Amino acid sequence: MKATILVRPKPGILDPQGEAVQSSLRQLGFPVDGARVGRVIDLEVGNGDIERTRAELERMCEQLLANPLIESYEIALGE
Amino acid sequence: MSGAARPRIAVLVFPGSNDDRDAALALEGLGAEPVLVWHAESSLPEVGAVVLPGGFSYGDYLRCGAIARFAPVMDSLGRFAAEGGLVLGICNGFQVLCEAGLLPGALRPNASLSFVCRDVRLRVERTSSPFTSRLEPGSSLTIPVKHGEGCYFADDELLAELESNGQVALRYEENPNGSIDDIAGVTNAEGNVFGLMPHPEHAVDPLLGSTDGASILGSLIDAARERLLTAA
Repeated sequence: MKATILVRPKPGILDPQGEAVQSSLRQLGFPVDGARVGRVIDLEVGNGDIERTRAELERMCEQLLANPLIESYEIALGE
Repeated sequence: MSGAARPRIAVLVFPGSNDDRDAALALEGLGAEPVLVWHAESSLPEVGAVVLPGGFSYGDYLRCGAIARFAPVMDSLGRFAAEGGLVLGICNGFQVLCEAGLLPGALRPNASLSFVCRDVRLRVERTSSPFTSRLEPGSSLTIPVKHGEGCYFADDELLAELESNGQVALRYEENPNGSIDDIAGVTNAEGNVFGLMPHPEHAVDPLLGSTDGASILGSLIDAARERLLTAA
């Protein structure tokens, strides 16, 4: 199965990368009011047991892929 | 034991560490016997303290310090710390200790997004720790920083806990990286693990512009010597 993990800086966490991207986009003339920069991780996982795979992905995020103190994550499980 | 006069202190070496030899040199000059320990070792030698040096362990992949936590030697380090062993993390070493859960909080990219490399002035907040015993409360230190991701973060609940336990040992007088509450260095709740972004090993000789780092490393050496003597 393919899984996509989206990791984002939590709301309220200073995101200087996002601020730099926003300011650059504005310099290009795009009226951008906010930008946050996160990370995408594509994985090949699991043996077809969706519930089990989802639980494993949760643990992967908690233990390594995100730092729960500063980042939130979203899991999208594909075919 | 024979090593107590010059207490042995391990300096861990990860792929991408680059201040390991400077840390060893500084410790040696201050009266310790440094032992470089490669990350793939499954155990620590008998030492009075362990230093995690600065650098870019594992290329800073994923997040700074996130991968070093899985180095084989880290299991032994976790046990060493749990038994009250003294552990000092400098810069990347601080990041590794936070990621490994041995220290509270997290380090984020500098608010300026710029790499900062300069002397900073630090205010000593706590002297009742094995890492700051040679310091005067409220005194100022000049020690260099050099990092791109040194912006310390703790949420409100954790900050309150750090403050009430007296875990904030050092603060920046002028914040170089956006760290919350100007925090430059914190200990764990037990006080035997300490991490800081500034580099005491780069401030141990007048030729380097400051010798203030020697009082932090010297405090650690005193405490390591005492531990080894007690254990002997």
